[in-house]
Amino acid sequence: MRPFSYQRVTDPDMAVQVLSAAAAANNPLTKAAAQPLAGGTTLIDLMKLDVMRPAAIVDINPLSEGWSAVDPGGESLRLGALAKMSDVAAHDEIQRNYPVVANSLKLAASAQLRNMATLGGNVMQRTRCSYFRDVSYENCNKRNPGSGCAAMDGVNRMHAVLGTSDQCIATYPGDFAQALIALDASIEITGRSGTRSMPFAELHKAPGNTPEIETTLQPGELISAFVIPGRWPRSVYLKARDRQSYEFALSSAAVALDVQDGTISDARVALGGVATVPWRAREAEALLKGQRFDDALAQRAADAAFADARGRQHNGFKIALGKRVVARALQQAVTMEI
Amino acid sequence: MPEHSSSRSSGFDRRAFMAGAAGSALVPMTARAAAQDARPVTAQDPSLPVDVTLRVNGKDKRLSLDARTTVLDALREHLKLTGSKKGCDHGQCGACTVLIGDRRVVSCLTLALAAEGQEITTIEGLATDDHLHPMQQAFIDNDAFQCGYCTPGQIMSAIACVKEGHAGSDADIREYISGNICRCAAYPNIVAAIKQAAPEIMKG
Repeated sequence: MRPFSYQRVTDPDMAVQVLSAAAAANNPLTKAAAQPLAGGTTLIDLMKLDVMRPAAIVDINPLSEGWSAVDPGGESLRLGALAKMSDVAAHDEIQRNYPVVANSLKLAASAQLRNMATLGGNVMQRTRCSYFRDVSYENCNKRNPGSGCAAMDGVNRMHAVLGTSDQCIATYPGDFAQALIALDASIEITGRSGTRSMPFAELHKAPGNTPEIETTLQPGELISAFVIPGRWPRSVYLKARDRQSYEFALSSAAVALDVQDGTISDARVALGGVATVPWRAREAEALLKGQRFDDALAQRAADAAFADARGRQHNGFKIALGKRVVARALQQAVTMEI
Repeated sequence: MPEHSSSRSSGFDRRAFMAGAAGSALVPMTARAAAQDARPVTAQDPSLPVDVTLRVNGKDKRLSLDARTTVLDALREHLKLTGSKKGCDHGQCGACTVLIGDRRVVSCLTLALAAEGQEITTIEGLATDDHLHPMQQAFIDNDAFQCGYCTPGQIMSAIACVKEGHAGSDADIREYISGNICRCAAYPNIVAAIKQAAPEIMKG
């Protein structure tokens, strides 16, 4: 690991000031000289791999005093960005009123990592693309813009089939983000000019021609909270993976339904493990709304969700698998007792 | 506001509190904040070691560490507590699991400087006098290892698994202990050991 200076901040203004001062104008934020440290489960790992090379670490954990509160009481659910994954996953009211949120967190990583990792850090985690993580490969457009993509014709079994570009097919690896994007969550962002709010769906950027730019956050900005409107007791997070536990998704689906008198009045579907960014399947949602549920409808919705999917040499199976995951998640959501 | 972005010329004094602009840096010490060292620390010269006090198994240990040092390396290389093992060093295998406060974490991804002020418990801190911790005894009774390399991490993780309330069934145990990999595949016996120790641990 390269040497760095360590600094611990105790108020948000100080964090924003130090981080924004270290961010060069034209650099992606992931290459800024100063990086915020929350749970550290991505950052320290990638520093050991020499993928991330900050000269300064800004430990923001003391901000958890103000930034880790969980408030499920009102018309919306508010989650502080420094809340730990394990605490939110185990929260009774979240399990009851937002099972898709609780289960997306519970099914991620391991108990140790969930104890360390924060919600804000979780949505900011970097791709697990094996070529991105291995600096002995020069050609990674995300690490070295313009250098090419080793995954494109390499071992790409784990890679994305949706939202790809000819520059990058790296999968967005997280689970929680699928629950957030499905439920129309917004994020509160603390930066130089105070706090602003933004739809979570606008946080991540598809790779396009600039896969090195992963989010729309500006220099010095930190996610301070997530807000999920409404309640979604009829919701499911289903995750298919190579192992039963402690593995990233090959394909996952976050599904939330509102069913009135047997008719689907509202439907939310998001896909994980198959796309370059958290992926909302609005085509599937449109097919479901106003309909009575049956297996044929679930199949049509699943087909619609993957209509634009493009596989490469090793990951074409994700399209068939992903459709089955969506259909089964819909079936589970319809039949769950609430 | 005092200089804090760099103190390359003068060395640094990480004990120096930042004057806390208008007092806003003062954090009220609630239960959560008290579990963590909430003092600000100024940036230091990366080429110089940093003085830090780690509280390990109930004792304060004063150390002078490179900022890059993880809790795992501080334990093994500086405190000669070699019970916690370095497996993958990337948070994937669980061999380095320790408790920080009452939480199990992977010590290989935890910076020692960030763990200042918190209670660190390692496998060496479990036994009292001549009595093994119930989970240690249960691992012996159930032959819950072969080579033993993952065992300290398994035991620390297993204790937390029980205390979290995640040892109610075999399926629960398997799910919540999945962050600890056993190359010898002693898993059935590990599950049996956790089931044996759980009632005694919950009894206190």
